[in-house]
Amino acid sequence: MVNRKKITVGVTGLNNIDSPGPGIPVIRSLKESKIYDVRIIGLSYESLEPGLYMHELVDYSYQIPLPGAGVESLLQRLSYINSVEKLDVIIPNFDAELHNFIKAEKQILDAFGIKMFLPTLEQFDARQKSVLYNFGKENGIKVPYSKMIFSAAEISKLQHEFTYPMVVKGKFYDASIAYTSDQVTSYFHKISAKWGLPVIIQQFVSGQEVNVTAIGDGNGNCIGAVPMRKLYITDKGKAWAGVATDDSELIDSAKKVIKALKWKGGNELEFIRNNDGEYFLLEINPRFPAWVYLATGCGQNHPEALVSLALGDKVKPFNEYIAGKMFVRYSYDMIVDLKEYEKISTIGEV
Amino acid sequence: MKKNIALSDTGFLFNPSTGDSYSTNPIGLDIIRELKDGSSPKEVLKFILGKYEVEESRIEKDLGDFIDMLKSFQLMDNNG
Repeated sequence: MVNRKKITVGVTGLNNIDSPGPGIPVIRSLKESKIYDVRIIGLSYESLEPGLYMHELVDYSYQIPLPGAGVESLLQRLSYINSVEKLDVIIPNFDAELHNFIKAEKQILDAFGIKMFLPTLEQFDARQKSVLYNFGKENGIKVPYSKMIFSAAEISKLQHEFTYPMVVKGKFYDASIAYTSDQVTSYFHKISAKWGLPVIIQQFVSGQEVNVTAIGDGNGNCIGAVPMRKLYITDKGKAWAGVATDDSELIDSAKKVIKALKWKGGNELEFIRNNDGEYFLLEINPRFPAWVYLATGCGQNHPEALVSLALGDKVKPFNEYIAGKMFVRYSYDMIVDLKEYEKISTIGEV
Repeated sequence: MKKNIALSDTGFLFNPSTGDSYSTNPIGLDIIRELKDGSSPKEVLKFILGKYEVEESRIEKDLGDFIDMLKSFQLMDNNG
């Protein structure tokens, strides 16, 4: 691993908890890069994000303002961090922060010279759950029928368009399967209170859930794609173990989505395979999944490719990977000095 | 039998298309190996009768059940 290019990369999503953020798997992939010698700057929102204390992976960390504080606060904080660290690239890993980073992408580049490789706002909006059905219809990709509802009064009419069970989804997160209209009403209130309106109603498709981690170059080309079947699922629906599968139909579907959106950056495509073997696209997450390190383990280092794309370095699309590789998560207790917690809590860096 | 099914000497099967894995006993392993090599159910039956001491009527029924199970697990091609 000689002559690797030295770079500094800021990474968010250090919450390596039971519903993990993608930050640590992205960092592990970057640390294994054969072309970059990466110094990692962690960017956190909370003082107990485990990645803050993983010094073997994260070289130094800074807190950044919550997305609700807006673009100006983010720019101010990045200005300080960059004055110390001279960041080359930032990889944001949270859905909720992406809007700010996309809006500020040009300013971050012009003012600080920091590069990112993010979807455009149009791409970001085109894959929203509320419009995914229409996107599928326009591009020949099967998406379960869905519609947005804005009030509980609309629930009684749903039986004309849907059969039970149906899935009640929040516009950002959360999904519950409802078997009766009472359950739809209950989930509607719970989800709208948490995530706001509209709430999305989607036809339930029974089958096996398979996800794809993929990366697009922004011109319609898929740089890499690795599918994963969940083997062990937590009560939050997250994969705790999974296996890379080899399914050309699924890879073709992923390529079709990336081509249709001209997707720029990493993403996770969530599909369901029904009993007839048909794939339905359920969601497009606009960032790498928390299991992206499996792709690295299978021979496709997507975070490294993303950095190359951001820096304008040459990237060769991945054509193969090793199917049958598995990931199995575990939890691990770190012993942390109170001084460290004090540092991140008071001065916002550690 | 689907050609891409991975089969180990210990009787562990992995279907890379679906991510499903299974384990089978030595006689199951023999049957799957034969099927993977392109033998027909009749040829597999002959092979088993030659290798194991078992009544033909018994193995015929068990083999049929076993192949039905492989089909239900989507381990067989449409043509067998």
